Amino acid sequence: MTEQIDQGLRSELQRQGIWVTSMQELYNWGRQNSIWPLQFGLACCAIEMIATAASRYDIARFGGEIFRPSPRQADLMIVAGTVTKKMAPQIVRLYNQMPDPKYVISMGACAISGGPFKQGYNVLKGIDRYIPVDVYIPGCPPRPEALLHAFMELQRKIDSQKLTGTDKAEHLDPTQLSEFPVPAFGAHDLEPPANPDVFHPLKIERQG
Amino acid sequence: MTPNPYFFIVIFVGVAIAFPLMPLALAWLWRRFFQPPKPGAGKNAIYECGVESLGEAQVQFRSQYYLYCIIFLIFDVEAIFLVPFAVAFTGLPVGAFIAILVFLLLLIEGLIWAWSKGCLSWALAR
Repeated sequence: MTEQIDQGLRSELQRQGIWVTSMQELYNWGRQNSIWPLQFGLACCAIEMIATAASRYDIARFGGEIFRPSPRQADLMIVAGTVTKKMAPQIVRLYNQMPDPKYVISMGACAISGGPFKQGYNVLKGIDRYIPVDVYIPGCPPRPEALLHAFMELQRKIDSQKLTGTDKAEHLDPTQLSEFPVPAFGAHDLEPPANPDVFHPLKIERQG
Repeated sequence: MTPNPYFFIVIFVGVAIAFPLMPLALAWLWRRFFQPPKPGAGKNAIYECGVESLGEAQVQFRSQYYLYCIIFLIFDVEAIFLVPFAVAFTGLPVGAFIAILVFLLLLIEGLIWAWSKGCLSWALAR
């Protein structure tokens, strides 16, 4: 929609005190500047998340200070820390209960891949096995600046989402599901160990 | 021409109705034209802490713990009185001594009454 507005005309009008915008721009502007994260932390990354929310780093400058204790009111899930296999079903269930549009930041090495505890029998090897992740932050733990950077990346992603057309955002598409199956405790591991609809690991192609 | 003095109340009522209805209508229109609702079993679940709810919500609790609490609270307060009593014990006149004994006796009497009613035996008082 934005492409239809001539940028020169737009700035000309703006100089005259007339602000021209589109529905999509207004919608994304509102969403990206009031992202409410879900208030939960899993391990040491949560301490960095708390520091990000507190006065020194102040995530409020980006409109993300309203940490909600209920998934019904949250837009963003910051998976901050080691996801144990005991905790994974709860996280997927919380993600399912969040209203659309919803986003996930996978914070730290543990949430990405299991991190230093990857060999542990009780640690999930990355939350992206069960829910779609929008932004990954490497680090152990990542500094608050890194979380702010991820937050800004997410804002950029929200800003680029389309309201209409074939490439519109997933939450506007009635065929895209907003709930994912919750894994159950099996005899040795979570069942299933990964959701094949969500989890697409990179294949290593070896030469010769 | 002066308007009817109640005319402003009519305006107020109109605004008071339109103000909450407008965002609801906008949300409805947004849902109708842009964002399809995606309800589901997990999404509509009542409990929202990530854990599945077990059993019925309409369960009955025993009120006996309440009695325990009350009896504990009485002796908790008594301890607060006993400490200054013990500190000032040697310098107390007879009247004050008798007064605190009566106070203690009243509480002990209450305890004996509750005991004899079976409030302190968890298993029997069903």
